[in-house]
Amino acid sequence: MDKTPNNKAWFLVLPVAVLVAFSAVIPLMTVVNYSVQDTFGGNQFFWVGLEWYEEMLHSERMWNALGRQLAFSAIILAIEVPLGVFVALNMPKRGFWASFCLVLMSLPLLIPWNVVGTIWQIFGRVDIGLLGHTLAALGIEYNYTQDAVAAWVTVIVMDVWHWTSLVALLAYAGLQSIPDAYYQAAKIDQASRWKVFRYIQLPKMAGVLMIAILLRFMDSFMIYTEPFVVTGGGPGNATTFLSIDLVKMALGQFDLGPAAAFSIMYFLVILLISWVFYTVMTNLDREGR
Amino acid sequence: MTDLAVNAPASRTRGRVNGKALVMGLYLTFLLLPIYWLVNMSLKTNAEILGTFSLWPQNPTLANYRTILTDPSWYMGYVNSLIFVVMNTVISVLVALPAAYAFSRYRFLGDKHFFFWLLTNRMAPPAVFALPFFQLYSSVGLFDTHIAVALAHCLFNVPLAVWILEGFMRGVPKEIDETAYIDGYSFPRFFVRIFMPLISSGIGVAAFFCFMFSWVELLLSRTLTSVEAKPIAATMTRTVSASGLDWGVLAAAGVLTIVPGALVIYFVRNYIAKGFALGRV
Repeated sequence: MDKTPNNKAWFLVLPVAVLVAFSAVIPLMTVVNYSVQDTFGGNQFFWVGLEWYEEMLHSERMWNALGRQLAFSAIILAIEVPLGVFVALNMPKRGFWASFCLVLMSLPLLIPWNVVGTIWQIFGRVDIGLLGHTLAALGIEYNYTQDAVAAWVTVIVMDVWHWTSLVALLAYAGLQSIPDAYYQAAKIDQASRWKVFRYIQLPKMAGVLMIAILLRFMDSFMIYTEPFVVTGGGPGNATTFLSIDLVKMALGQFDLGPAAAFSIMYFLVILLISWVFYTVMTNLDREGR
Repeated sequence: MTDLAVNAPASRTRGRVNGKALVMGLYLTFLLLPIYWLVNMSLKTNAEILGTFSLWPQNPTLANYRTILTDPSWYMGYVNSLIFVVMNTVISVLVALPAAYAFSRYRFLGDKHFFFWLLTNRMAPPAVFALPFFQLYSSVGLFDTHIAVALAHCLFNVPLAVWILEGFMRGVPKEIDETAYIDGYSFPRFFVRIFMPLISSGIGVAAFFCFMFSWVELLLSRTLTSVEAKPIAATMTRTVSASGLDWGVLAAAGVLTIVPGALVIYFVRNYIAKGFALGRV
């Protein structure tokens, strides 16, 4: 749709600008402020320039957390996106069963994140959990509080459980928007099932799938509550992702300077990657209409 | 023929439909099994949970639920959560409506940059904001109030609401606006009387999402409250660390947190799919 140029539209945006300025800009400036200063306690701060940034850039702790974080985000995207699309392709198209599946699939999305953690904490325990108990009965050694691999598997399966439905619902919405005529044309051309998927369904889903990938990337990159409840970042530091590390540093040890520098770099990494996704997405949007 | 995606002879169609049902069955089982286990736990006593392993409660008891519903320190957690979630939903949708209209109808100085900047707030990790929020709200005397959490959650809900509403508003033809102005409607009257009813499903979806993300968030709501406005999520984490092993009550509290979400989802079930696509389908 062509839009009318009109700078008075700023007045309509003003409430949002004021509110977000209060809840985002002021806090962010505090963080920037801390990141360039040091303190000896009390309220005495002095300027240290980019020292904290330099320290954090050479800190093995941060690089390790970043590495784990990238691995985690990559793994869950690699599982959730194909699985979500697959589930969406298998969903009933309309009628009672469609609503039924929609409601049940949305259920995990509305569970508070710490309860998600609690659910899997209980579910995975060897003594009282169905999963842990079954695995133990099958003779598989599994203990997410002590074994790093088991902890990773638990956290990843939990995230797949929690968020695959989001990808599936988005893909489903994309599929629903394909007119029947497309399928009829494909049928006349005797297109195979794979060709229908590759040349009709996938292109039509591309836009929503980008939203799905963007949302999943952003949220997995700042995951905190669920792994914190299940593993507490352990065993050792095996599941200490960026947010967990940051909270430990800022609220636990009160290392304001390094934590603030960490925050800023963390934010910039998310911003950079999301910007790439967003640009691709808006380009797709433009082509689509 | 409703399912035209299946371009196979009738004999194969049958097999494929069953295959689909099988996939959905397996997936839904995977989703519901952990939830079932939580419900199962919540109906047992602690002795039974730790003593015997059974797939369903041998002596079902509602004692855990009774503990929660009679103890104010538990049930006030739900009340507090609901208060700030509703406040946040109302604030987010109210400020997002005019902004989304501006983005969907007008081109103005810096609109694209401003829109992306709004989205960056959705991308901001709450962990980054936890400490500054704590200091900001303490210094203005809002610490441990419902409005503090509601405002803090605006950080990620307002951008999301703007994004969703803009998607829905884009689908309304501009001629409607122009016709209304020719008919002599003023902007506010047009907006409330004509435009809002047209995008009511979008408003519903946006409200649903604000509700959802505010309801599930823990880090900020826990950091910004101590007693008066403590959300149920924080109550749960503290009980875990304090008494350690009260699995039954913990499970019951978990089950009760799922209920509001399930209720809300039932009402918006027909718009969920479109809403998750942020109105862009």
